[in-house]
Formats: sequence, structure tokens, C-alpha cells
Amino acid sequence: MGDAAARNFQYLAYGLIAVWAILAVYVLTLVSRERRIEREIEGLKRMVEDREGK
Amino acid sequence: MREKILYGLGAIAALLLARNIWVMLTGLPDEAFQGAIFRIIFFHVPAAFTCFLCFFVSLIASISYLKTGRMQWDSLAVSATEVGLAFGAANLISGMIWARIIWGIWWTWDWRLTSMLVCWLLYAGYLVLRRAVEEPAQRARLSAVLSILSFTVVPFVFFSIKWFRTQHPQPVLYGEGRMEAGYRAMLYGNWLPLLLIAVILVAVRMQQEKRLRELDALRREAHAF
Repeated sequence: MGDAAARNFQYLAYGLIAVWAILAVYVLTLVSRERRIEREIEGLKRMVEDREGK
Repeated sequence: MREKILYGLGAIAALLLARNIWVMLTGLPDEAFQGAIFRIIFFHVPAAFTCFLCFFVSLIASISYLKTGRMQWDSLAVSATEVGLAFGAANLISGMIWARIIWGIWWTWDWRLTSMLVCWLLYAGYLVLRRAVEEPAQRARLSAVLSILSFTVVPFVFFSIKWFRTQHPQPVLYGEGRMEAGYRAMLYGNWLPLLLIAVILVAVRMQQEKRLRELDALRREAHAF
């Protein structure tokens, strides 16, 4: 395989990796946001229950 | 049940992608002038189609929100916009990597590239606007208007290569520059799994939006004490 063809394949790999990396980063932000929401909901529920109990 | 459907769709998308990547790398010949890098088009173009479809869904959802005032439409609009932006970023970045090899540069201020970037930035602005407005109904109304206005750029991005002299290649799915049938089949075949992934992400994001509304209600309740 010549230098140009090898470089071509190398950049094709970069392209495919970039596409999946972008989607993976988006999925990770979804997951971390979901965790934050869960945490906040649990905290607020406890707070409301505590106040109602007093 | 809903989760099972989403897992099922995810499994189908993964199988289709694995099969497509295998065929793409082992079954399809290199393009005569571009060589192996040409294969990037099988992700670059479907990513753009998925992005525009998401923006179209956001447009319809935004119009529906303004007509009905139902928050579900707002959830759909923001979910589709966010997913569309992810696919738009994939389209822009994969295009830049292709350009580095074929044009020798990462970027040029060509009509197609510039209009796509402007479109992406407008929709990114939509998300920024949503963060800036706290009151849910006002946030939904303002962002619906911005989504509708932003969509006016989409046809411009799509037809820019027909309307102007551009460095970007001419359409590959119709007209004189039409791709060979095997390449075309792969392009459409790879769009399907990307679409499935987009559907899954929008569904998950909508569920999250529902939880965010729940969180908003709890915050109001907590502050009311």
C-alpha cells in the first residue's frame, strides 16, 4: 500500500472514530444528566416529606 | 415495554451498522479518484439527513406547541433539536476530515460549509436560549419561535450547492453526479441504523424532559413551604 493510500485509510479511520465519538459523548451527557436529575428529585422529595412531617 | 422496544431497536441498529461497516470495508471497491476516504460519505451524508430530519421534527413540534400549548410538543422539539445537533456535528467533523485529504484543507468558507455551520450555530443558540429562560411556558414559547425561524436556513443549506458555485461536491444522489448503484444502496442502507439511533436518543431525551418537568414541579413545591 502506498503512502497516499495509507494516509487515506488513516483519515477514514479518524472520520469513523470522530462520528462515533461525538455520538458517544452525547450519550454520556444524557447519562450524566439523568443521574443529576435523579439525585435532585430524590433530594427534593426527601425535603418536601421532611417539611410535611414537621 | 417501551424500554424493550428501544433495546430491540438498538440491537437492530448495531447489527445493521456492523454489517454495513464490514461490507463497506471489504465488499465495496475504492472510488476511482478519491480512494478509501470516499467511504466517509456513508456516514457524512446520512448524518446530515438525520440532522435535517430532526430539525424538521422540531419545526413540526414547535408549530404544534404554539397551536396547542401542550408541553409534550415542547419536549419533542428540544429532544429532536439536541439529537439533530449531535448528528450535525458528526456531519461537519466527518466532512472536515474528508476535506483535509481531498482538498488539502480542513475548512473553507464555501456556501455549503458556511450555511451548515450557521444552521448548527442557530440550533445551538436554541439550546442556549432554553437555559436562559426559567419560566417553562415562556421558555417553550420563545424556543418554539426560534426553532421555526432557524428552520428557514435548512432549505438554504440543502440547495446551496445548486444555487451557488461551491467547492463542495454536487449532489451524489440525483443529477449528473449521481453515484453508482452499489454506493447509493450503501448510503441509504447506512441511513437506516443512524435513523434508528436518532429515534432511540429522541425517545430517551423526551423521557428525560418529562423527569425535568417533574423536577421543576418539585422545586416549586419545595419553595412554596
